[in-house]
Amino acid sequence: MIPLPFYLLLAAALFCIGLFGALARRNAIAILMGIELMLNAVNINLIAFWRYIQPAAPTWDLAGQIFALFVITLAAAEAAIALALVIAIYRSRDTVNVEEVDLMKW
Amino acid sequence: MPDAQTLWLISPELVLAIFGLAILLFAIIWRERVYGALAWVALVGLALALAAAVNLWGAHARLFAGMYAVDMFALFFKIVAPIAGILVVLISMDYLRERTRYRGEFFVLLTFAILAMMMMASSANLLMIFLSIEFLSYMSYLLTGFLREDRKSNEAAIKYLLYGAITSAVMLYGLSLLYGISGSLNLGDVALTFSKSADTSVQTLALVATALVLAGLGFKISLVPFHQWAPDAYEGAPTPVTAFLSVGPKAVGFAVLLRFTLTTLPGLPEFANYWTPLLVIISIATMTLGNLVALRQTNVKRLLAYSSIAQAGYMLIGLVAVNLGGSSPFSGLNGVLIYLFAYLFTNLGAFVCVIAIENATGIVEIPEYAGLVKRAPLVAALFIVFFLSLAGIPPTAGFVGKFFVFGAALREGFLVLAAIGVLNSVISVFYYFGVVRAAFFLEPKDTSPIRVAPLVTLSLVVTAAMVLLIAVYPEPLFNLAAWSMAMLK
Repeated sequence: MIPLPFYLLLAAALFCIGLFGALARRNAIAILMGIELMLNAVNINLIAFWRYIQPAAPTWDLAGQIFALFVITLAAAEAAIALALVIAIYRSRDTVNVEEVDLMKW
Repeated sequence: MPDAQTLWLISPELVLAIFGLAILLFAIIWRERVYGALAWVALVGLALALAAAVNLWGAHARLFAGMYAVDMFALFFKIVAPIAGILVVLISMDYLRERTRYRGEFFVLLTFAILAMMMMASSANLLMIFLSIEFLSYMSYLLTGFLREDRKSNEAAIKYLLYGAITSAVMLYGLSLLYGISGSLNLGDVALTFSKSADTSVQTLALVATALVLAGLGFKISLVPFHQWAPDAYEGAPTPVTAFLSVGPKAVGFAVLLRFTLTTLPGLPEFANYWTPLLVIISIATMTLGNLVALRQTNVKRLLAYSSIAQAGYMLIGLVAVNLGGSSPFSGLNGVLIYLFAYLFTNLGAFVCVIAIENATGIVEIPEYAGLVKRAPLVAALFIVFFLSLAGIPPTAGFVGKFFVFGAALREGFLVLAAIGVLNSVISVFYYFGVVRAAFFLEPKDTSPIRVAPLVTLSLVVTAAMVLLIAVYPEPLFNLAAWSMAMLK
């Protein structure tokens, strides 16, 4: 079995890449892609932890797996809402660049 | 299959779920013909949910394998949530009629948002916390962007969503680490692992994980540095939604933060050393930044947005100074609950005033409030009441809340924090009374009287009455807060 830290390092790296993408990109769709990467990093974490907490198969404590399934489902719901809003923005301004969406500033 | 007792314990949630789905169904089938009636259906549902929550008062149970806590702490918020919902429905009917063709769906989203608030208050499991927070967030995004053709509404929603999605992903990473540390999703088991483990690497990881979770909750409560979404979302959202966002997510965000902090963290030996200074810094930054930036706002919605950021800072003082050991009335926690209850009516009331003016004239800029006292005397007078309460000046509800929060800080020895809090309240008087000055002492350009719709007047009177009532007769609220915190000990 691959040791647990390998998975955690992969997840941490993926999370950081996603966070960087979400913060550095200006295209709303690209930001959403960064967020998806962050969520998938979490899924790797959850599944890896679950496997090492419950090493003996078959097991009935599926908490980690179920959490990951919920994360996948919610990511889909979030993407649906986000894309609907992006389309509404695009219709009214012909852009999905978040720097150009600037009617309100402090 | 859940038994009858379980169903009874989640009756407020069931009522809201059924009514939300029913309104959705009606809105799809009969469309424009029933939009006017759907608001009333939502009102009935919210009133029934409120009654069900009051009826359950005194219950103490853990449902669904410990995932869902029905205790008095949760019920306190289940009473707060439908009250906020009812007031928001009352003020949104006239507002929406003039601005959108799709009024029905608004009440579906609002009902589900209140349901999500109730679920957040009851969450006692990491998965449940995540799910309910996301549920409330999605409803809030949609409500914020509800005026689809309005460019500001769109912009507010996309900014809110992008900030929200990033912070919730960060929080989720923290939750996954907590799961890894403890091997369980139950808050109680997480706490147990913390207290049993003497391993310093576990302790360190736990601190990192809880800090990540704080980021997600800080976003919902709009704490600095996770507050940037708030002014834009508040300004762009339809005003009834702004009113809702400023009280609803904030109140239950505190519910989750309190439950999470007070159940899991006492097991961490480093808890006091790291967590308290962190919260002190966030609290000071939130109060000060909110108040200072509010000073230079000219849009009243944006002003109230910054003011509500500052209010979150005051409430956080109560959590910093929390002490569940003694029997003193200044336990910090009851300060937060009393403050939240007072803030609910005060801030909603202030927004009802804004809506009363906006509905009739479209005005949201403070300079245009000139001479408001001649055009709408009731609204102008009540603005003073709500602003006094927000600034924490007696005889109003806001004073009672601040009294207990600052009192707890003094009792626990956070003198500097309490002093900064009081100083901030003084700063806040300047911008609140900028609005009052415009309304009372400047000459209006247009002197035609402003007609306020009956339902809006009703909500104005109810919120103002509650603000004054809490100040002159606070005892029931004290008892309510004392009972709910007893459950967390």
